[in-house]
Amino acid sequence: MFAFDQVIAARLLTSLTLGFHIIFATMGVGIPLCISLAEFVGLWKKDVHYLLLARRWARGYVITVAVGVVTGTCIALQLVFLWPGFMQLAGKVIGLPLFLETFAFFFEAIFLGMYLYTWDRFQNPWLHWVLSVPIIIGAVGSACFITSVNAFMNTPQGFRLENGVITAIDPWQAMFNPAAPSKVAHVLSSAFLTVSFVLAAIAAYHLYRKKQHEYYQKALGFTMLLSLVFSVLNTVMGDWSGKFLAESQPEKLAAGEWHFHTGARAKLIVGGILHEDTLETEYALGIPLLLSILAKGTPDAKVIGLDQFPRELWPPLYVHYFFDLMVGLGAYLFVVSFLFVGLSFLQKRGKLTRFSRYNRPVLAAIMAGGPFAVLATECGWIFAEVGRQPWILRGVLRTGEAVTPAAYLPEMLVLFVLLYVFLAVLVTSVLVRLFRKTPPEVELEARKIIL
Amino acid sequence: MELHKIGIAIAWIFLYGYLIVASIDFGAGFFSFYGKLTKRDHIINAIIDRYLSPVWEVTNVFLIFFVYAVIGFFPDVAYMYGVALLVPGSVALLLIAIRGSFYAFANYGARKNTVYLFVYGVTGLFIPASLATLLTISEGGFISVDGQRVELLLHQLVRSPYAWVVVLLAIVSVLFISASFLTYYADRANDTEAREVLRRFALYNSLPTIFVSFLAFFTIRTHNPEHFERMLSMSWMFMASLACFLLALALIIQRKWYGTAFLFVMLQFAFAFFGYGRSHLPYLLYPYLTVESGVTSDAMGVALIAAFVGGILLLIPSLFLLMRLFVFSATYVQGRK
Repeated sequence: MFAFDQVIAARLLTSLTLGFHIIFATMGVGIPLCISLAEFVGLWKKDVHYLLLARRWARGYVITVAVGVVTGTCIALQLVFLWPGFMQLAGKVIGLPLFLETFAFFFEAIFLGMYLYTWDRFQNPWLHWVLSVPIIIGAVGSACFITSVNAFMNTPQGFRLENGVITAIDPWQAMFNPAAPSKVAHVLSSAFLTVSFVLAAIAAYHLYRKKQHEYYQKALGFTMLLSLVFSVLNTVMGDWSGKFLAESQPEKLAAGEWHFHTGARAKLIVGGILHEDTLETEYALGIPLLLSILAKGTPDAKVIGLDQFPRELWPPLYVHYFFDLMVGLGAYLFVVSFLFVGLSFLQKRGKLTRFSRYNRPVLAAIMAGGPFAVLATECGWIFAEVGRQPWILRGVLRTGEAVTPAAYLPEMLVLFVLLYVFLAVLVTSVLVRLFRKTPPEVELEARKIIL
Repeated sequence: MELHKIGIAIAWIFLYGYLIVASIDFGAGFFSFYGKLTKRDHIINAIIDRYLSPVWEVTNVFLIFFVYAVIGFFPDVAYMYGVALLVPGSVALLLIAIRGSFYAFANYGARKNTVYLFVYGVTGLFIPASLATLLTISEGGFISVDGQRVELLLHQLVRSPYAWVVVLLAIVSVLFISASFLTYYADRANDTEAREVLRRFALYNSLPTIFVSFLAFFTIRTHNPEHFERMLSMSWMFMASLACFLLALALIIQRKWYGTAFLFVMLQFAFAFFGYGRSHLPYLLYPYLTVESGVTSDAMGVALIAAFVGGILLLIPSLFLLMRLFVFSATYVQGRK
C-alpha cells in the first residue's frame, strides 16, 4: 500500500466513481425520453399497453435516479477532493456550466417528482404527459452542460495563462469550446441508444422466457424501432466526433487507431497486438484508405500520426482496444436492430412469415445487446478520458500536477469500492424484486377492471 | 454591491435552503426510527412518507448548489478545503450515498425493515453533524497551511469544546425544524394523532435548541474572539432570531397556526444563520482566505450571476407548482389523491 502512487490511486478512484455513475447518468438522460414517447403513443393510440410501459419504466427509473443522484454527488465532490488543483483552475474558467448543470438537474428533479406522483390526478391525461417535457429538457440540459466541461478539458479556451496566472477569462467562450458540439451530440445519441437497447433487452428477456403477452411484443417492437433510429443517429454523431478529433485533437485519434506515421491514404487498423518498442503491429486487420476516409472524408487526405508529438505526450496506446470495442459493439447494435425492424416490416406486409421475429436466436441477440450497449458506453468514456492523458487540461495542466497531496487516498479507494459494490447489489435486487412482485399481466388485469 | 458580496450571499442562500429542506428530511428519518423504537411508528410514518416521497431528490441538489456556487465565485476555496477535507469529506459522502440509495428501498415498502430504519435514522443525525463540522473548521485553528501543504488537524478538532457544541447544535436544530414542519404537515392532513406525537417532538427539542445556541456563543468567544466581537456588533440579528423562536414556541404550545409557527422557525434560523454568516465575513477560512482575496474574475462573476437569475426565474415557478401539488394541496396531504 505504501508504494501506491498518489496519482494512480486518485485516477483509479475517479474512474471507479465515473464508471459507476455513467451507467446511471446514461439511464438518466435516455429513460425520460423513452417514457415520454411511450406515454405519447399510448395516449395517441389510446393503447393501455404503452401507458403501462411508460408507468413501469418510470417506476424503475426512480430507482436508477436515486443511485444516479448519490453517485453524482460523489463525483461532484470527489473532483474537489481528488483534483483540487484542477478544480481551482477549472472553477475560475469553466465554473459556469458546472453551476448551470446543477440548475438543469434541479429543474428535472422537481418535475420528476410531479410526474411520478400524478399519474391519475389530472382530468386531462395529456397534462400529465406535458410534465415529462421539462424532465427531458432538464436531463438533456444537464448532460449538455457537464459534457461541455469535459469538452473544455480536451480543448480548453476562454483564458490566457501567463507565468502561472490566469487572465482574460471569458466563461462563455470556455463553455462553447470547439470540442463541445460533437461531444454533446455523441453523448446524447449514445445515451438514447443505450437506454432503448437496455429496455429492448428486458422485453426480449420476457419473450424468451415464453411469455406471450402482446404487451411484451409491443414493448420490443417500440424499443427496437427507437434503437434503430438512435443507432443511425449515433453512428453519424460518432463519425462527427472522429472527424473533430482528426482536426483538433489528432493525438487522441492517432492513439486510438495506432496511427504512428503522418500521411495520406492512411490504413485503418482493427484489433491486433502492438510491440511498443518497435511500434509494429501484429495480427491486426488493416483496411487500406479507410482511416483517411473516416477522418477526413476522402482517401487522399493526410491524417496526422503520433510521430508529430513527443513520446512523453502520447496517450496510453491501450486505448486502441477500447476504441475498437466501442465501434464494434455499436455496429452490433445497429445490425441487430436493423434485422429486427426489417423483419417486422416485411412480416407486416405478409412476407417471410415462415420465421417468427420472436424466435429464440433473435431474442438472445437482443438480450445480449443490452449489456453490450452499456459496455460500449463505458468503452467510449474510457477512450475519451484515457485518450486525453497525460493532460487533465490538454496543453495546460498535467494530471500528475493536479492531484491532491492529502494522505489516506488508498484507504478512501477501498471505502468507495465497498460502497459501489453495496450499491450495485442493492439496486439490482431492488429492481428485480420490484418488477417480479407486480408482473405486467397482473397490472393489466387490475387496470381493466378500473377501465 | 461588489461581486464578492453577491457571490457569498448566493452561496449562503443555497446553504440556508439546504439547512431547511435537509433538516426536515434528516429529522424525519430519525423520527421514523425513534417511532419504531417506541412503537409509535404506525402513527407518524404515513405522514412522513407522504411528504418525503415526491420531494427527496430536491434535497441533495441544494448541497451541490452550495458547493458549486462557492467554487464558482471563490475558486481558491477548492484547493484548501479540497486537500484538507479528503477524509472527513469522503466519510460524509459515504453517509449521504447510503442514505440516498436507501430511498430506493422505499419503493417497495421496506420502510418497516428495522435495519433500513436504523440506517435512515442514524445517517439523519451523522450527516448534519459532519456538515456542521465544516463550518467549525472554517473558524480557523483546525487547518495548517504551509505553502501548498494543507493539513487538517484532527486531534485539535476532536478536543475542541466548540466543535462538539456545534455538532450538538446541528442535531437539535435538525430535530426541531423537522418536528415543527411535520407537526404543521400532520395538522393539514387532519391527522390529530400524528400531530400530537410530532408536536411533542417539537417541544422536546425547542428549549435544547436555544440552550445549545447560547452555548455556541460562549464557546466561540474563546475559540475565535474576533468573530465573537463581530457577532456582538450585529447582535440585533440574534435577538430577532430569539424573538421568532419565542413566537413559534408560543404558537406550538397553544396548538395554534402551525403553519405560521413553522414560518417563524424558518425566520429564527434565517436570522441566526445569516447573522452567523455575516459576522463570519470577510473570512472563508480564518485566517488564510477572505472573500476579497479569493473572489473570481469579473467576467465569471457576471456570468454566474446571470445564470443564477435565469435559473431562479425558472425554478421558483416550478417549486411553487411542486408545493401546490404536494405540500399545500389538502387533498394530497390527506391522502385522498
